[in-house]
Amino acid sequence: MMTVTTSPVTDRPAQTPVAPGGRSQKQSRGDVAVAASSHTLLIIWLVIVVVPLVWVLMSSFKTTDEILSSPFAPPKSFHLDNYVNAWNGAGIGSYFVNTLIVVGCALVIVMILGAMCAYVLARFRFFGARAIYYLMLAGLTFPVFLAIVPLFFILRNIGLLNTLPGLILTYVAFALPFTVFFLYSFFQTLPDEIYEAAQVDGASEWRTFFQVMLPMARPGMASVAIFNFLGLWNQFLLPVALNSDQSHYVLTQGMASFASQAGYSIDFGALYAAVVITVVPVLIVYVFFQRQLQGSVSAGTMK
Amino acid sequence: MTSSTDTVTPGGAVKRAPRRHRRKLTFDKVSFMVVFLGVPLAIFLIFVISPFVQALYYSMTDWNGFSPSMDFVGLKNFERLLQDDTFIRAVINCILLGVIVPFVTIAIALIIASVVTVAGPSKGTVRGIKGAGLYRAVSFFPYCIPAIVIGLIWAQVYDPSSGLLNGFLTSIGLHQFENFPWLGNVTTAMPASMWVIIWGFIGFYTVLFVAAIKGIPAETYEAVRLDGAGRFRTAMSVTIPLIRDSVQTAYIYLGIAALDSFVYMSALFPNAGGPANTTLVISQELFNTAFRKGQFGYATAMGVVLAAVTLLFAAIVFIVVRLSRGREEGR
Repeated sequence: MMTVTTSPVTDRPAQTPVAPGGRSQKQSRGDVAVAASSHTLLIIWLVIVVVPLVWVLMSSFKTTDEILSSPFAPPKSFHLDNYVNAWNGAGIGSYFVNTLIVVGCALVIVMILGAMCAYVLARFRFFGARAIYYLMLAGLTFPVFLAIVPLFFILRNIGLLNTLPGLILTYVAFALPFTVFFLYSFFQTLPDEIYEAAQVDGASEWRTFFQVMLPMARPGMASVAIFNFLGLWNQFLLPVALNSDQSHYVLTQGMASFASQAGYSIDFGALYAAVVITVVPVLIVYVFFQRQLQGSVSAGTMK
Repeated sequence: MTSSTDTVTPGGAVKRAPRRHRRKLTFDKVSFMVVFLGVPLAIFLIFVISPFVQALYYSMTDWNGFSPSMDFVGLKNFERLLQDDTFIRAVINCILLGVIVPFVTIAIALIIASVVTVAGPSKGTVRGIKGAGLYRAVSFFPYCIPAIVIGLIWAQVYDPSSGLLNGFLTSIGLHQFENFPWLGNVTTAMPASMWVIIWGFIGFYTVLFVAAIKGIPAETYEAVRLDGAGRFRTAMSVTIPLIRDSVQTAYIYLGIAALDSFVYMSALFPNAGGPANTTLVISQELFNTAFRKGQFGYATAMGVVLAAVTLLFAAIVFIVVRLSRGREEGR
């Protein structure tokens, strides 16, 4: 339960070979009916999931006139202007860069700090360790909304309100409890012998961590990093409340303001293109790490 | 997204990894502890814990954020909240969201998960249907899309004139839906918004339940089948009781997410509230009160109420699950 499985979720039953020549090869009529209705059900669900997404993708290649006059027709030609308009005109390009900076920095920092903190909590006994652990639990449980107003003034007082470093710091702080929890259980499973061997060989605590323990925790780090990436990329409340300077907008809040500005005159084509631009990085991560993501959920560590 | 509570056993774990450091404190060790524990902890305390604690105090002041004076007013803000019709409306909406969204999401996710895992032929080993991996992979994807984007996509799908939904409905002959404003109508705005949230979450919980169902030994299913139980009976009397813990966790996390709903509602209703405030949620009201009206003390009191509702919700789920378990074992 405690370790991250990186192994794919295999369909245990689906791959079972049918006994050759056995009676089981012949399916009863009831089974066929069940299988048919199950497939129908699942296909309806897939359509509900996929069609809105495909529709958005398709619309992103149409001109705004085409979108308004014939919303369901495929584009007459591959119209890439929307992407140019969204990227330059609507500022999605600069939001994208901001998001990359903020999410990239926050991710690196939170992984390092989270790993260090989890390592100390999991492998050293000292006064207050338990208290820190429960404090982290509290940080995970309470709604961020409770903290948002005081947080606004804390950032203002230290002069980091509406700045990217301020946003990075808060991202790190709010992703920290989750990271520590996950890695805590991971570091606990690492064998003691290796730590002791490193100590006997005269490695300092610093060196033991960075050259011995951290590399062993790589599978756990990878899973947490993926989940943190998705969580931070999709973060909305923190930037909206703490980062109201338009030149520092991240993608999610840029999308929201783009969609709500000026009611009628929205450039729908550019809006759809902006949606696609926002989703593509996530899609790439998903396609590459799909098995790992589902594996982590399955390991019961990510509820 | 958190670690599950059952992995959290600090006491037992500390025992398992015996500590052997009784050596004297060296510079190496001291600097190591200070940096490794001190830096993350400082950030965490400053940006997470201290705001929570301050919020409790602010909620009892009349602070408007920029004036130097901040008077302690005790529970006045909370009394005012009780008479604030807009806020009461928001609380009711949140409760609706917290009850209905998790229920529907879990019901659909359970159906999909059982079909994917055990709907295969009734002879031979218990198995899922063909293509299970594909169904699961596609349905998981919405979990990865930013919530704001999910909201924006569905705002377009619901669009009265050029939206996908009305286009589909009129094309199959339901002409009363031509130009029907799903998000502008008092009766449909809330269900339509709930559906958006449900749509985003089902895939994730399907995967969770699939994993839980696969944790049930195949022998259990084979025994049930030998006893002559049908598929529906098996699902109701075997599968659901055995994965009760996963369902409980799912209910709590979904409930917390639904009680918030800030992102979805901001995307679907840019001018907060929807028709006649039917989709106003506490978080939106809090956000407006704080950052548009500048009533920070009053807004923080709303945050305290939201936190209380959230904790109460989690407690109720725990109790209900506990009771249902007790009844079953008593039989």
